[in-house]
Amino acid sequence: MAVSRRQFLKVTGVTTAGTAMGALAALGADLGPKVARAQELRIRNAKVYPTVCPYCAVGCGMLTHVVDGRIVNIEGNPESPVNQGNLCPKGAASYQLAVNPNRISQVLYRAPGATAWEPKPLDWAMDRIAELFKKTRDETLVEKTQDGKLVNHTLGIFSLGGATMDNEWNYSHSKLMRSMGVVAIENQARI
Amino acid sequence: MPGLGVSFGRGAATTFSRDVANSDCITIMGSNMAECHPVAFRWVMKAKEKGAKLIHVDPRFTRTSAVADIHAPIRAGSDIVFLGGLINYVIQNEKYFKDYVVSYTNAATIITDQFKDTEDLDGVFSGYDQQARTYANQTWQYAREQPATPFGFDEAMKASNFTELVTKLKPPPARRDPTLQDPRSVFQLLKRHYARYTPEMVERITGCPKETFLKVAETITANSGPERTATMAYAVAWTQHTIGVQIIRAAGILQQLLGNIGRPGGGILALRGHATIQGSTDNPTLYHSITGYMSHPDTRRRHESLKAYLATETVPTAFLSNQPKWVVSYLKALYGDAATAANDYGYDWHPKIVGDHSHMAMMDAAYKGTVKGMFVMGQNPATSLNASLQRKALGKLEWLVVRDFFETETASFWYASPEVKSGELKTADIKTEVFFLPAAHVAEMEGSFTNTHRLLQWHEKGADPPGDGRSDIWFTYWLGTRLKNLYANSTNPRDQGIKALVWNYEPDQQRNAEFRIKDEPDALKILKEINGYNIADGSHLKAFADIKDDGSTVCGNWIYTGCFPAPDQNLTASRKPDDYVSLGWGFNWPANRHIMYNRASARPDGQPWSERKKYVWWDGQKWTGLDVPDFVPTKAPDTPSKPDGIGLDAQSGTDPFIMKADGKGWLFAPSGLLDGPLPTHYEPVESPVQNLLYKQQASPVYKHWDSDINKLAQVGDPNFPYVITTYRLTEHHLSGTMSRWLPWLAELQPELFIEMSPELAREKGVANLDFVKISSPRATIRAKALVTPRIRPFTIDGKTVHLVGMPWHWGYQGLVTGDVVNNMSALIADPNVSMHEGKAFVCNVEKA
Repeated sequence: MAVSRRQFLKVTGVTTAGTAMGALAALGADLGPKVARAQELRIRNAKVYPTVCPYCAVGCGMLTHVVDGRIVNIEGNPESPVNQGNLCPKGAASYQLAVNPNRISQVLYRAPGATAWEPKPLDWAMDRIAELFKKTRDETLVEKTQDGKLVNHTLGIFSLGGATMDNEWNYSHSKLMRSMGVVAIENQARI
Repeated sequence: MPGLGVSFGRGAATTFSRDVANSDCITIMGSNMAECHPVAFRWVMKAKEKGAKLIHVDPRFTRTSAVADIHAPIRAGSDIVFLGGLINYVIQNEKYFKDYVVSYTNAATIITDQFKDTEDLDGVFSGYDQQARTYANQTWQYAREQPATPFGFDEAMKASNFTELVTKLKPPPARRDPTLQDPRSVFQLLKRHYARYTPEMVERITGCPKETFLKVAETITANSGPERTATMAYAVAWTQHTIGVQIIRAAGILQQLLGNIGRPGGGILALRGHATIQGSTDNPTLYHSITGYMSHPDTRRRHESLKAYLATETVPTAFLSNQPKWVVSYLKALYGDAATAANDYGYDWHPKIVGDHSHMAMMDAAYKGTVKGMFVMGQNPATSLNASLQRKALGKLEWLVVRDFFETETASFWYASPEVKSGELKTADIKTEVFFLPAAHVAEMEGSFTNTHRLLQWHEKGADPPGDGRSDIWFTYWLGTRLKNLYANSTNPRDQGIKALVWNYEPDQQRNAEFRIKDEPDALKILKEINGYNIADGSHLKAFADIKDDGSTVCGNWIYTGCFPAPDQNLTASRKPDDYVSLGWGFNWPANRHIMYNRASARPDGQPWSERKKYVWWDGQKWTGLDVPDFVPTKAPDTPSKPDGIGLDAQSGTDPFIMKADGKGWLFAPSGLLDGPLPTHYEPVESPVQNLLYKQQASPVYKHWDSDINKLAQVGDPNFPYVITTYRLTEHHLSGTMSRWLPWLAELQPELFIEMSPELAREKGVANLDFVKISSPRATIRAKALVTPRIRPFTIDGKTVHLVGMPWHWGYQGLVTGDVVNNMSALIADPNVSMHEGKAFVCNVEKA
C-alpha cells in the first residue's frame, strides 16, 4: 500500500504521537512485535548517561544512549521530577543537534581581508588566540583613570555568551577574563 | 532580575515549576508558556485539572490563551497599567491579605517627608536630575528614629575588623505605623500612587475591555488568602521593555498584597529562555556583578579599597551582613596564596568597571571603533538588536573568536551578511581576523546547568564531540593555561592578577579514560571551588556558615555553597525524585530551598495559614515542613529583634525576607532601582500614543545609544503607525542556531512570517500568504503575511491602534533562512539592567 507523505502525516496526527510506527499502525499493520524489537535494537547494549536539555531553562532531564562511543539516541528521563520523561519538539530534537552532518568539526580560520575560510589545526588556533588576547590586552589595559582611580581594566576586549554553557564554564571563564582585566563580559540575560 | 531581587531579596524565581500544580489561580502574563515552555506548562494543566483558574494576559491569542479561562488582551507595553489597575482594585476593595501585609511587607513603614510621588510631579519622582537624566534616591528613604551613635560609611571606615565594620553600618530602626493609616506610610503612598489606575483607565490605555479586566481582578483576588494561593508566571515579554524591571516589581507588589509569596501554589515564576541563563547570572558572565549577586567593583561607587567596597555594599541588618566572608573567599578563589590580609586579598588586582559595559553598550562602542577583540560563545550578535549595527561593529574588530556547533550568522558576517550581499560592504575591506572553533553538545561534556527555578542539575559526558570539537571548559582552561605561560616571567605589577590566578582544574585521567579526548579539564574541580573548601585540609564547605572572612576558606560563589558538601556528594547529580518538592533531585540554591521566603507560608505565630496551604511551620523546637526552611532553623516565631544585633539577629522571628535590610518584602523600594521606588506607567520609547496618565511620556531615565544608524521614531510618527512585538515559536530556539540547522525542526517551521489582524490586512490590501515589507526607523525587512483573528486591533482612548507580531528566529545561515527581524529593533534600554525594548516598538507594513 502506497502512502503519500500527506496521508502519512494525516494519519500520524490522529494516532500515537508523531512516530512512523504510529502511522503504519493506523493503516492496519500489526506492529506490536516490530515496535518492541525496534526499541530494543536502538538502545541495545547502549550505555546510558543522564543529561539535561540544552534548549530553554525548564531543565528537562534527558538520557543519552551511547554505543561504541557514539550517541545513538537522546530521550526524556522518566525519573526527572521536572519533566517526567516528556520533551517538547526542541528537546526531542536534541539527538539531531548532536548527530548532524551540518555540524562543523574542524577549526576554521579567516585571515584579515580573506574571502574564504581555511581549516587550521586546533593547537595553532589556540596559540594564535592566546597571542592576540595578550597583545590586545597589553595595548589597551588602563591602570588608572584620568582622575587617578585604579581600574586595571581593558575595554578593548569583549566576551559575549554564557547562558547556554555550564556553570563551571561561566565561573571559570569570567574568572580568567577578570584576571586579565576584561570587564566587558556579557551573556544572553539582557536579550 | 532586580525586579524580584529588590522586592524580595534574591533576583530569581521565588518558586519551582512543579509547585504551580498546587495553585488555585495562575496568571500568565508576558509569556506564551504553552508554546515557549511547553513542558513546564504541564504543571499549569495539572492545576487546571484540579480546578484552578488560568488567566492569560497577552496582546496575542496563543495556545496559552486557548486553554485559559480568561484571555485579557492588552497593547504591548501597557503592562504596568494593567498590574497597577489590579493593585488599585485590591486596595480600593480591601481585598489585600491584611495580616500578611502588615507583618511581612514594608506597608507599615514610614517614608521621609521629602519624598514626592509621580502624582505630585506629573510623572517623575523627587530626586530627578533633568540634565543628567538620573535619580538620586535620598528622598525615597525610610524615616528613622534618631541615631544613638553615628553610623554609616565614614564610621565603618574607622573599624579595625570586619565585624566592627558591619556593626558601624547599622542604622537606627525605621518608623512604622501598623494601622497603615499614616499618610507617609508605604501603604498610603501606594494607595495614592495607583488611585488613578481605575478599570476605566486600564481600558483606555491597554485596550483591554473593563469587564474583562474586572473578571481578572475578581478571579485573582477570590483565589488568594489563607486558604487559597495564586501564582504568576512571566517571561521576556515583561523584561524586554525600557520599564521591564518595574513591570516585574508591579507583579511583586500585587503578590505581596495578596499574600502569595513564600507559599505553595503562590510566588512568581520567571520563565527564562536558555538552559543555564540562571546559572550564568549566578556565576555571572555579566559585567555588573561578581559571583552570587555581589556588585562588581566600580569607580562610580565608594569601592576604592576592599574596606570601602564592604562599607558600601554590606547590609548590616540582613543575611547580607556576611558579605565580607563571601568577598574574601571569592578573592581567595581568584588569587589563592597570593591573596593575603596584608594586600587586601588582591582586591587591587581585580579590575573595576567605570560605566555601562553591557552588550548593547559594547556593540555601540565596537561600531564606533574602540573594541579590538571579541569572544562570542554560543551567542549570535549578528542577529541581535539593531542587527545591522552589530554586524558592522563585528567588521571593525581586529579579531573575533566564535565557538558554536554550526556556522552562525556571526561567524560568517564577513561574507554572508545582507550588507555584503547588497554591496554596501566588501569582504576584502573587512579586516577582522575570524576564528571558528567547534563546540561540544551537552551530552558530550560534563558539568551543571541551573534551570529557571534555581535547580542545579549535573549532566554526564556520554561521548566525545566530533573532530576538533571541544567542551567550553576545555577552551577556557587551555586558553588560560597558555596565558599564564605567556605572563609567567612578567614582573609588571599590572600582570599580578593573571600571574596569581588559581588555575588548577587539571584533567582527571581516570574519568577521561573512556574517551578519546584525554586533556579534558576536570569540571568537578571547578565545582568544588565554586562550592568552597577549607584551605588547610581541602575539605568541602557544607553550608553558608562555613565561609570565613579570615582567608582560611576559598568560595567561588557563596550562593552555591552546599551543592558539593563532600568529595563523594555532588548533590547537583543526585537523582532521587519524589512526587512533589523532590529535595533529593539536584540542588536548588540557596541551600536546597525550593520555595524561597517560605517562612511566610506560616502565620506570624509559626502555624500554617491553613491546613490546605501548609508548607513550612514551627513545631515548637524548630522550623519544619515539606521544604528546607528559608529561615534560621531554630529561631522561634516570638524571637524579638536584638537592638544591638547585626545580621539576622537584627531581625525578628516574624521577618521572612532575610535578605532584605528590614526582613520585609518591599512594596516600596527605597533603594536598588534607578527609575523609581514604585512602578509607574511610561509608554514604550517608540509608541503611537501619548501617555494618558502623566505628562512624562517615556521613562525619564531610559538609555539610548545614539548613532547615525540607531535613530528613534517620534511619538505618534505617522510613518510608523503600528505597534510591533516579537516572540518565539515552539519549534525554534532564539536566533535559530540550535534549530534552523536541524531538519526535524526546520521542516516544522520553515519560514518567517508576520502575524496581522484581518482588519489591518484589509486596510493594507494584504491577503494571507502575501509578502509584505515591514519597516522601522532602522531597517526594512520582508516576510509572509499570516492574516489571523488571533491578533485584534486595539481601541486606545477611542482610537484604533493596530499591533503586529513577528517571531525572530531567522537569519541568513541554516537549512531555512529568512530576514533578521532584529534589523528593525533599536539600541535602547532599561536604566537598571540595560535590557532592550524588543517587545514593543513601532513599524509600518506595506504589501511587497
